[in-house]
Amino acid sequence: MRKAVKLFSAALLTVSGLLTAAPLFFLFCGSLMGSGELGTYLGPYIYHTDGYAMWRLFPLYPTLRNLIRLVLDSPEFFHMFWNTMAVTLGILAGQFLFGLPAAWGLARYPVFGRRLFYMLCILLMMLPFQVTMLSAYLVLNRLGLLDTLWAVIAPGAFSTFSVFLMYRFFCGIPEEILESARIDGAGEFQIFVRIGFPLGASGILSAFVLQFLECFGMIEQPLVFIKKKSLWPLSLYLPEIEAQQAGFALCCSFVALLPPLLVFGMGQKYLEAGITAGAIRE
Amino acid sequence: MLPGLLGIAVFYLIPFGDVVRRSFLQMSGEAFCGMDNYRTVFSNAAFRLAAKNTARFVLVCLPLLLVLSLLLALLASRFSVRLLTVFKSAFLLPMAIPAASVVLLWRLLFDVNGFVNGALHGMGISSVDWMNTGAAFAVLVFSYIWKNLGYTMILWLAGLASVPKEVYEAAAIDGAKSAARFFKITLPLIRPMIFTIVVISLLNSFKVFREAYLVSGNYPQESIYLLQHLFNNWFLDLSVDKMAAGSVVLALVIGLFVGILARCWEER
Repeated sequence: MRKAVKLFSAALLTVSGLLTAAPLFFLFCGSLMGSGELGTYLGPYIYHTDGYAMWRLFPLYPTLRNLIRLVLDSPEFFHMFWNTMAVTLGILAGQFLFGLPAAWGLARYPVFGRRLFYMLCILLMMLPFQVTMLSAYLVLNRLGLLDTLWAVIAPGAFSTFSVFLMYRFFCGIPEEILESARIDGAGEFQIFVRIGFPLGASGILSAFVLQFLECFGMIEQPLVFIKKKSLWPLSLYLPEIEAQQAGFALCCSFVALLPPLLVFGMGQKYLEAGITAGAIRE
Repeated sequence: MLPGLLGIAVFYLIPFGDVVRRSFLQMSGEAFCGMDNYRTVFSNAAFRLAAKNTARFVLVCLPLLLVLSLLLALLASRFSVRLLTVFKSAFLLPMAIPAASVVLLWRLLFDVNGFVNGALHGMGISSVDWMNTGAAFAVLVFSYIWKNLGYTMILWLAGLASVPKEVYEAAAIDGAKSAARFFKITLPLIRPMIFTIVVISLLNSFKVFREAYLVSGNYPQESIYLLQHLFNNWFLDLSVDKMAAGSVVLALVIGLFVGILARCWEER
């Protein structure tokens, strides 16, 4: 009986897990299909012929034509890929420069108004983008940053989510360690670099993994702050590819998700730690 | 740490203060108009529709997501660490897939001639026009659950792991059935955690927009016209007055939930 229950739950988890992960597989296989093959399967969707779109698990005639076209013949893909990368890495760099020290200071020193600020951080990270959209627009307009990549990078760099996350991890470092370092004559900056940084590293990584995944797929911000098409990130470009080029679109979609997939693969541990940090006291 | 705080102030706090000020002003000029903008917003038909849809979305999704993810977490927690990691990877994977990458798949799935209708046809069920009828709501719910199942499951697993093993062993010796163990031990012990998870999921559900926008653009089917769409459209129309008032109202509502969340963090 117990064994049957276990087997059943394993089966249930496997099936639902596979279904959840299926889109990845779909994109991979689809990007290997030629236009002829896709035309047959997806005809009812693309050309509105009778019947229903179908799918084959594995391509019948696998081809790299889509990939070749992407690499050799679509400069716009690379252009937008680099836009996405610039935005994502720019935001992460900004958080490293500004958010990290802010989190450390907040966690370790009795700053005036620290509780109030902490609450503000939480409130700001919970607000949907649309609530702060108008205020962000007004500032960016005044600073003359609209229609540049900075319009997305600058507000993102000061996102309070990573401050909050790193703060939680920094709070977990026992005060005694810092005390003994002080007695040994370490300066405050030295303590931050030598002790806080390595001990809080998992928190910093958690924040970065979560932020990377978030920023890479950004849609709302570039949609309202960037009108110039040449500055668009991939996430605005992908939906624009026409249905007739399904194979190419699938290939682009697949290549576009490789960087976040890589970060996810390397940082799953930190991702999980980052998720739970919000719910459990360290 | 100063530059960080300064940046947050420049990009978020000060401008939001400006928005609060504007929410009491007439759009064209500087004339003070008291609560007029708020009155306009609340009597606006689009605002009512969007608020109703958002509330409906939250009320449907939240229980569904919480129960499903708890169920998966309970099932998964029986397995060895290695298997558990595999399961977690599978359910977390959607977090790593940018919404833009699945747009085409979603369109293929829910087109009138799409995969889902094909499968339904195979089972002898007549097809549904997913994106242009009330069924669009179901698509949105599905997308949200797909994206967030892993996230919530991780939260539950952390809660379940915090229950000491000895308690279960003692209960097993006393002959408690698994249902009794769940309701009498697990649930009471993770109760404070449940509340936190509910509030976090609630706040996350306000952020569902990317999927909805990608599938159906600025003016989607009526049943999934959310507050987020409304704000976007006000923005495009440059209705600064309505937007300012709307932002303040929404910020207050969410602030309320955040206050509750902070309370549950403090209690433990």
